[in-house]
Amino acid sequence: MTAAPLIELERASVRLGARTALADLSLAVHAGERIALVGPNGSGKTTLLRLLHGQLPHQLTAGVRRVARGADGREPRQAMLFQRPFLLRLSVRRNVELALWLAGVRGGERRERARAALQRVGLLAEAERPARVLSGGQQQRVALARAWAVRPQLLFLDEPTASLDPHAKREIEALLAEFAAEGMTLVLSSHNLGQVKRLAARVVCLDSGVLVADRPTAGFFNDPLPHAAAQFLKGELP
Amino acid sequence: MNAFTESLFTAAALIVGADAALWQVVVLSLQVSGLASVFGVALGMAAGALLAVTRFPGQRGLVLALNTLLALPPVVVGLTVYLLLSRSGPLGEWGLLFTPTAMVIAQTILVLPLAAALTRQLVVDAMHGNGEQLRSMGAGALLCAALLLVHERAALLTIALTAFGRAISEVGAVMIVGGNIAGVTRVMTTTIALETSKGDLPLALALGLVLLSVVALINLAIATVRALQARQDEGRPR
Amino acid sequence: MISNPTRRRLGHWLAVAVLALGLGTTAQAQPRTLVMASTTSTEQSGLFAHLLPAFRQATGIEVRVVALGTGQALDVARRGDADLVFVHDQAAEERFVAEGFGLQRRAVMFNDFVLVGPRTDPAGTRGSDIAAALRRVAQTGAPFVSRGDRSGTHAAELRHWQAAGIDLAARRPAGYRECGCGMGPALNIASSANAYVLTDRGTWLNFRNRGELAILVEGDRRLFNPYGVIVVNPARHPHVRHELAQTFADWVVSPAGQAVIAAYRINGEPVFFPNAGS
Repeated sequence: MTAAPLIELERASVRLGARTALADLSLAVHAGERIALVGPNGSGKTTLLRLLHGQLPHQLTAGVRRVARGADGREPRQAMLFQRPFLLRLSVRRNVELALWLAGVRGGERRERARAALQRVGLLAEAERPARVLSGGQQQRVALARAWAVRPQLLFLDEPTASLDPHAKREIEALLAEFAAEGMTLVLSSHNLGQVKRLAARVVCLDSGVLVADRPTAGFFNDPLPHAAAQFLKGELP
Repeated sequence: MNAFTESLFTAAALIVGADAALWQVVVLSLQVSGLASVFGVALGMAAGALLAVTRFPGQRGLVLALNTLLALPPVVVGLTVYLLLSRSGPLGEWGLLFTPTAMVIAQTILVLPLAAALTRQLVVDAMHGNGEQLRSMGAGALLCAALLLVHERAALLTIALTAFGRAISEVGAVMIVGGNIAGVTRVMTTTIALETSKGDLPLALALGLVLLSVVALINLAIATVRALQARQDEGRPR
Repeated sequence: MISNPTRRRLGHWLAVAVLALGLGTTAQAQPRTLVMASTTSTEQSGLFAHLLPAFRQATGIEVRVVALGTGQALDVARRGDADLVFVHDQAAEERFVAEGFGLQRRAVMFNDFVLVGPRTDPAGTRGSDIAAALRRVAQTGAPFVSRGDRSGTHAAELRHWQAAGIDLAARRPAGYRECGCGMGPALNIASSANAYVLTDRGTWLNFRNRGELAILVEGDRRLFNPYGVIVVNPARHPHVRHELAQTFADWVVSPAGQAVIAAYRINGEPVFFPNAGS
C-alpha cells in the first residue's frame, strides 16, 4: 500500500474513567481494506472502533490520530453500525433520510438517495412502515441502508450480526461483501471467526487494550501467533 | 357516606344543569392552566433537553436545584409572584396582580421545573442507546436533543399531561395572585376552597368531581387521537 | 413527522389560546373597574353579590373584591394592590389611616357576632352576656375554636376575652384551640369537635355543616361589629383609581347605598344594619 492511510493511529492510548482502555496502539487503515478486530470481551475493540471513527476526541491521553484529507480538503466520509441498530421512532424511509439530512444533502436528492439505499438492501417495500416494528435483521439492514446512503468511504461496524439469526446474518454479510467489492473500506469487530474469514483480508487481535497481532487473514489463522493471540484463537475454536 | 352520595348527585346535577357561572369557572380554569402548561412545557422541555446533552461547569448543581424545585409548594410560588407583581414590588407597573395573566405566570413557574426535570431524565436515558449513533451521523448536541424529543414524543405527551395535572389541581398559587375574584379570577380549585370554607362540603366535593370529569374528557380525547394515529402508522402507506 | 393537518390544528389552538389570554388582559385594562380588599366573612355572607350589582347599575363601575382576612386586606392596601378597603376592625382601620395609607374611615354598617356552641351547652353560656359566657367557657375548660388569623373576628374575640378578665397570654383556657383559618373552616372544626366558637351572624346563617351547634349568646351590645370603608391614599400610591374609589365610598354611605344594605336578607333575616353618619 503506497497511498497514505485514510486514518492512522500512532502509539495511541485511551483512558475511560479510571481504566486504560487502549495502550500504546499503532494502526493504519488504508483505502479499500477489509479489517476485522478480534479479541476477548473487554479487550478494547469497541474503544478502538470509536477512536478510529473520531468519537473520542477528548479521551486520547497519548499518541496521535491522523486523518487524511481529500483533494477538496475534507476528511473521508465515515459511518458506523452497532450491534443493536438504533433507529428512531419514525418510518424506515425517514430514518434513512435523516442521515442524508445530517450529511447536508438537499430535499429532492435526499428522497432519491433514500429510495436507492432501501432498494439496495431490499427493503423498499417497507419504506413507510415504522422502523421499530421490523425484525432485528431488517432493522440492521435499514441501518446499513442508512449508512450506505451517505456514500461513506469508511464503514465501521461493532459486532453487526451478533444479535441476528443465521439467515439475517447471511443477508448482512452478503451486503457487506458487495459494499467492500464496490470499494468501501470496512473495519468490523466480530466474535464470529467464520465471518472474519469470509469478510476480512486483515485481522487485528487485541488483548486488554494492547494490540497483540496484526496479520493478513490467512496468516492469522494458519501461521504461529504470539502467545496472547494464540490463546484467544484456541479459546474461540471448537 | 352521606356527604359522598350527596356530592355525587350534586355533581351530576351540576354537569347536566350546565350552570352558567360554573361553566365560566371551568372555562377559566382550562384557559389558565392550559396556557400555563403550554408555556411551561415548551420552555421546560427545551431546558431539560439542553441540560441533558450539554456539559458546563455547575451543571450538577443546576440539576440538583431542578430536582429540588419539583417539590416547590404552589403557595410559595404564589407568594413569590405576588411580591413581584405587587404595586410595591419590582414589576408593579405592569399592573398584573389579581388578573388571569398573573395566574398563568404563577402556574407556568410551577410547571416548568416538572417538565424540565422529567424531560432531562428522558433525554439522558434516550441518549444512552441512540446518542452515539446520532453523533456518528453528524448530529451536534442540540440536534441530538431535538431528534430524541421527536423519538420520545409519546413519553413527552405524558409529561405534558402531568404538567397540566399539576397546574389545574393547584390552589395555593392562583388563590394568592388571582385573589379569587368572582367572575374574574375564580377557578375550579379556588371555588372548591371557597365552598369548603363556607361549610358546603357536598358542593365542594361535587365541584371536585366536575374538575376530574373535565380532565378525564381531555385525556379521553388525547387517547383517542393517539389510537387513531397508531392505527394509521401500522398499516397504510402515506 | 407531524402531519400538515395536525400542524395546522396546533397552530389554530395556539392562536385561540393567545387570543383568549389577550382578551383577559384587555378586560383588566378596562377603565371603570376597582379593586376592593375586604374580608372573607363579608364575602361569604353574600352581601357583595347583592350590593355590587346595584352599585354597577348606578354608576357603571365594576368592583372586584379580593376577600382575605382583615389583617391581610389592610396589608394588600398598604402595598397599593387595592384601591379601597372595606373591613370590620375599627382599631386597625384607624391605625391604617393614621399611618397615612388611607384618606378617611367612614362608618357604613354593622352586623353582630354570636357565640355558637353545642346545643346542650355544657358550659352554661346561654344568654346575652358575652363576657360572662367566656368566663364560663374558661372555667369549665370547654373546647373553644379561635380563628387566630388577625381577622376582624379574631380581634373582636380577643377583646371579649379581655372584657371577661381573662389573660390569654398568661394562661390559656384548657379547651382553647387556634386554627389560623377563616370563619368557615373554624365553624367546620367547631362542628366536628362540638366546640364553642365566635362567629358573625352572616356566615352562620349561610353555614350548612352545623352538626349539633346552635346560637347560644346574642344581643350583647359588645357583640356589634362595625364596618368601615377607607379609600387608599393616592399620595401614597399615585396609581390607585382614586375617583372611582371615592365614588364607591360616597355611594355606600348615601341613602341609596344604605337602603341596598338594609334590604339584604338571608332566609328572610336581615344581616347588616346600615349606620352611616353615626
